[in-house]
Amino acid sequence: MVSVMFPLVLQAAETSRRGKRLIGPIDLSLEGHGVTVVIGPNGAGKTTLLRLMHGTARLNKGSVQWACDTAKAREAQAFVFQRPVMLRRTVRENLMYPLRLKGARKTDAHARAETAARAVGLEDFLERSAVVLSGGEQQKLAIARALITKPALVFLDEPTSSLDGRATRDIEGILQEAKAAGTRLIMSTHDMGQARRIADDVVFLVNGSVGEQDAASTFFDSPKTEQARAFLRGDIIA
Amino acid sequence: MIRFLSVWAFALLVGSAAMADSQMRMAVTTSFHNSGLADVLLPEIQADTGIEVQLLIVGTGQALKLGEAGDVDAILVHSRTAEDAFIAAGFGTHRREIMYNDFVFIGPSSDPAGIAQAQTATAALEGIAQSGATFVSRGDDSGTHKKELSLWAQTDVSAFGPWYNAAGAGMGAALNIASGLDAYIMSDRASWLNFGNKGNLDLLFAGDPVLFNQYAYLPVNPALHDHVKADLTAQLETWLTSQKAADLINGYTIDGEGLFVFNAQ
Amino acid sequence: MVVTLDAELLDIALRSLRVTLTALVIACAIALPLAAMLAVRRYRWRRATIAVLNALMGLPPVVVGLIVYILLSRSGPLGALGLLFTPTAMIIAQVIIIVPLIASIAHQSLRDLWAEYHDLLISMNVTQSQKVRTLLWDARRALLTAALAGFGRGIGEVGAIMIVGGNIDNVTRVLTTAIALETGKGQFALALALGFILIALAISVNLIIHWMGQTEQESRW
Repeated sequence: MVSVMFPLVLQAAETSRRGKRLIGPIDLSLEGHGVTVVIGPNGAGKTTLLRLMHGTARLNKGSVQWACDTAKAREAQAFVFQRPVMLRRTVRENLMYPLRLKGARKTDAHARAETAARAVGLEDFLERSAVVLSGGEQQKLAIARALITKPALVFLDEPTSSLDGRATRDIEGILQEAKAAGTRLIMSTHDMGQARRIADDVVFLVNGSVGEQDAASTFFDSPKTEQARAFLRGDIIA
Repeated sequence: MIRFLSVWAFALLVGSAAMADSQMRMAVTTSFHNSGLADVLLPEIQADTGIEVQLLIVGTGQALKLGEAGDVDAILVHSRTAEDAFIAAGFGTHRREIMYNDFVFIGPSSDPAGIAQAQTATAALEGIAQSGATFVSRGDDSGTHKKELSLWAQTDVSAFGPWYNAAGAGMGAALNIASGLDAYIMSDRASWLNFGNKGNLDLLFAGDPVLFNQYAYLPVNPALHDHVKADLTAQLETWLTSQKAADLINGYTIDGEGLFVFNAQ
Repeated sequence: MVVTLDAELLDIALRSLRVTLTALVIACAIALPLAAMLAVRRYRWRRATIAVLNALMGLPPVVVGLIVYILLSRSGPLGALGLLFTPTAMIIAQVIIIVPLIASIAHQSLRDLWAEYHDLLISMNVTQSQKVRTLLWDARRALLTAALAGFGRGIGEVGAIMIVGGNIDNVTRVLTTAIALETGKGQFALALALGFILIALAISVNLIIHWMGQTEQESRW
């Protein structure tokens, strides 16, 4: 599916709300492998860019074009939010939910939920209510829930921004496994260490536009623009 | 669970809608119902004729309206003028007198208006008006209310003062108000005897023939409403005018006092 | 006397329960999906609908009773059904009275839940009916509270059912109309006893439903 969906091409894409431009114009082309990390200062529009690609932010101008039919591409995606959205159900029922939406049988979904929970270390919490889990556990559950339908592409919006080191390390491990299994990941982060650890390529966003797009090693070792250099130095970019 | 509940709800909705063939509805006045006579008559009617009479207890005004609309099969009320108009308009087939009881004047036991010594009902009411003692009227267009107004019309009282309170309530509720206000009130004897909250009130005046209260039975006209159970209303009328009914009605007492006099022709 | 009174009392209490529970089931079937639709759909008259619904919460039962009476009267538009002075008429009146109440309370909790779920469900590309079902299921405890409020209003209501039911002995006499009748006779002790039965009934239904919700919750956690 990944090879059918990509490349994803954005041309002069813009999103605005009440006449005010949030991001754009953005020109971007993404290939169908590895982990793309979107970085940039707060307010640069990282979340909006992910939502725009996912199709849940309105495209006001330009185009967002998948290699295949948009509806088909949408079917093969999942989205993990910065603040995990937990259904007020048990862990198992949270995991079963997307499977049941796609018409999986109850017994089947029941069993797959168990496998998915084990993969993220939540197998002991299966019958617990999801809303009483810790922040890290909730985010692991959200990622497991996103991965359970075996989507070709998963968007993650700063998935570890409010978590401690241990939870962050666990989640990065989960993401590395997903990547190894062939899942295309597009995520945003403001944690440069995390970006260096897992990015294959980087989109550097500044003031709602793409400042730079490059392979991770190239970007971190020899950024091309002055803004990227300043950002990597830790300067405030206005 | 949800399926079970909806089936249940549907069954109830449908099941409760049907009305059996041996059931009929009769609108009666609150004063008749408060007498308790219905509790004696209805089981006997069911035993003798198999008819289950469902009583709607309302004021005479509403009873007549229910008959007009065809919502009941017959009415048993006590307001001659209104009954005649009902028959004249064709809403009922005919009017059959069944029995009468009487109205009494109730008031505070101290009797500030001195009506206990009055010679006539008219004089008693004039006494109340002159003394300015509090008086409670049903004020609900019922037979009792109409009767009260016709009595006032015969007095020399031209206008009601603040002592006159129109309650807009049934007999029992109006008696409750009178009891609370320590006021005079006109009631049918049966309601008064059965009333449980007499407080400081006493029966002060009774016996004037103008206070007699004739009950009549009026079957609703099946020509206007084809669902009206004319056969049942006819059966009921036969029973109500029978010797057995006469014995039960004349023999009905509360605290040893007879209430009704059977006078069907 | 005591025995017949008890049998009759039981009968009246059961009739109260039957009428109001039936009205409650029907009202929930109408109000809950309506509330969920109002929470998830954005259409032009949504705000107006919510405002009307909130206003209808204060609908005077007597007026509802009068309108249902006029509709169901033999001389009214639905007279042919012969429903006036039956438990069905009482159920209809109670449904009209409690639907706005249940829908308004349910809408508030569903709206909050929808704010929480919105991003996830939109991302999962769920259909309108899947949204509605998810919200109704996950908010079921709050919805239970809404239903209980509706039950409370229904079981204690007297104005409307007196008019459309007629308070016929053994047919449409329920606890509240019996209380009104006994009060009218000045039989305060009996009226009060009936009142206590009514209160006990309302409290036990609340407790039972809460207890059911509780055990389910415990098995879950």
